[in-house]
Amino acid sequence: MKKTLFDKVWDSHVVDTVPNGPQILYIDKHLIHEVTSPQAFNELEQRNIPLFRPDQVVATADHNVPTENQHLPIADALSKNQVEQLTKNCEKHGVTLYGLGHKYQGIVHVMAPELGITQPGMTMVCGDSHTSTHGAFGTIAFGIGTSQVAQVFASQCLLLQKPKSLRVNVNGKLAKGVLPKDVILYIISKIGTNAGTGYFCEYAGNVFEEMSMEGRMTVCNMSIEMGARGGMIAPDETTFEYVKGKEFAPKGEEFDKKVAYWKTLPTDEGAVFDKEYSFDAEDIAPMVTYGTNPGMGIKVSGHIPADIKDASFEKSLQYMGFEKGESLLDKAVNYVFIGSCTNSRIEDFRIVADYIKGKQKAENVNALIVPGSQQVAKQIREEGLTEVFEAAGFKIRQPGCSACLGMNEDKVPAGEYCVSTSNRNFEGRQGPGARTILASPLMAAATAVNGKITDITKQLN
Amino acid sequence: MEKFVKLTTTAIPLPIENIDTDQIIPARFLKATNKIGFGDNLFRDWRYDKDNNPKEDFVLNNTTYTGSILVAGDNFGCGSSREHAAWALTDYGFKVIVSSYFADIFKGNALNNGLLPIQVTPEFLHLILDAVQAKPETQVTVDLEKQTISFNEASESFEIDAYKKMCMMNGYDDIDFLISKKEQIEAFEAEKA
Repeated sequence: MKKTLFDKVWDSHVVDTVPNGPQILYIDKHLIHEVTSPQAFNELEQRNIPLFRPDQVVATADHNVPTENQHLPIADALSKNQVEQLTKNCEKHGVTLYGLGHKYQGIVHVMAPELGITQPGMTMVCGDSHTSTHGAFGTIAFGIGTSQVAQVFASQCLLLQKPKSLRVNVNGKLAKGVLPKDVILYIISKIGTNAGTGYFCEYAGNVFEEMSMEGRMTVCNMSIEMGARGGMIAPDETTFEYVKGKEFAPKGEEFDKKVAYWKTLPTDEGAVFDKEYSFDAEDIAPMVTYGTNPGMGIKVSGHIPADIKDASFEKSLQYMGFEKGESLLDKAVNYVFIGSCTNSRIEDFRIVADYIKGKQKAENVNALIVPGSQQVAKQIREEGLTEVFEAAGFKIRQPGCSACLGMNEDKVPAGEYCVSTSNRNFEGRQGPGARTILASPLMAAATAVNGKITDITKQLN
Repeated sequence: MEKFVKLTTTAIPLPIENIDTDQIIPARFLKATNKIGFGDNLFRDWRYDKDNNPKEDFVLNNTTYTGSILVAGDNFGCGSSREHAAWALTDYGFKVIVSSYFADIFKGNALNNGLLPIQVTPEFLHLILDAVQAKPETQVTVDLEKQTISFNEASESFEIDAYKKMCMMNGYDDIDFLISKKEQIEAFEAEKA
């Protein structure tokens, strides 16, 4: 039988199938962070269950950490307690922790790939829905709840129904100024926020084949925003080249053996998907969202739909302070956030630096740069990007999830618009009353410089 | 986990689509290291204004509506995987959520906490919302064994995985089951190595 990439990885991890029920799926790598793990550790302790495979668990502190003065004790007592709890739990159960101050600390979905923890053909989970990011390597990676974190702690397995298969094909040539973020925002705007519910998605076509690993991670990261538990891209030379030489990647002969196996993973020609969509790259333009879910996106030169009559749609526009049929071009924006597990890798910051070099941020704009990890922060310094950002008036912070979810102090004030490279424009996501406009790092940089939403393609051509 | 077999109660209507887990429990309330008290901040920013005064137009602040069933719009529980959303709903007192569609992760989290997500047809959702809004005293019955949800003369059957149904009806969770499979898991590991 012809198999998909997903089938191949899934089937090789099934320990057993419960009659008329779920399958027992073996998990190779389990990533944890401070927010969704403490209750799972409590569960183990209350039931006197040991952590089954501590060597397959890696922890970092990211969601709830300050992005300033990370060397000082955390000011917020609850946050401090949560981060300390993670340290205690990791020590007690023998889990490797890249906590605050560690050279590998960072957003879990930036840290694991850059260390070579993420590898093709693996199964990976984390108590975070953006675990889908790791699918960029041809990995089955998905977010889980805290009860499931405890299950993986106890057994290195999960009980799951095999999801259905979905493929999204994008072929053609992307226009100048159209980034991977625009591709995924475009896809979600076309198929909606629940098109992928119950499915695992594969992205195929020359557009993804030609993308860097950073770009692929941006795409797979937002699979959950169309409801899919995860998204995958077939591993190829770009993948192997990225993994090679990374700290925890296989080395020498072992690496070559792995590559030979990874090459067998791509979907067989003629394999059938339960659902399939195809788009032309030429139809994709720089995107912005205008509403309160990631499916509410339009081309930056487009208009908010005028013909939708629906209470939820109207509630959303009211929250955002937009009108039906309106264009977002030239809207004044006072906040720009460049960071998050979607767009905080070195390539993202190179794009931003390249655009803003020699320019100044607009006076009204508060522009925040938050690297995804200590390693990315180091690259920013070494490549001389710090000077570019500082000269342009951008503030550079320390790694963490930051204003993507507003758990720490990095929040957008009520009523303010923020052009953000993150993944969710939900009500209050970046702070109570904050109005998020999702966009690519390039669009975010252009907004910061112009102080308003700008059609980047007009400047590039 | 608490057992769930059958329930008859009034219901609370919340006909908004795409209710994400950030609305159910905003991130700034996720700093606890236990599962207690999240109900206080359930739907925090819809329920209270910035000075923490209850917003009169929000359904949970309307004493006309009571009960342990929440009837919500399409695609309930999308977004973040935070299980705190399920904890907030159960802590507040909900035992059942009815919608025409649930996000995957939320659905799993709910089932792992004895909170029953019932997916109904859009037509049935419409009927039940209308009935509850017109008559808040409408009694809704959920029978897990028969897999039916009914009110007045209307009734619909719903799907649930046989294994999960057994867990809900007996109050079992997946950990015990997985630990009982340890030998098989170890054999799988040995074979893979």
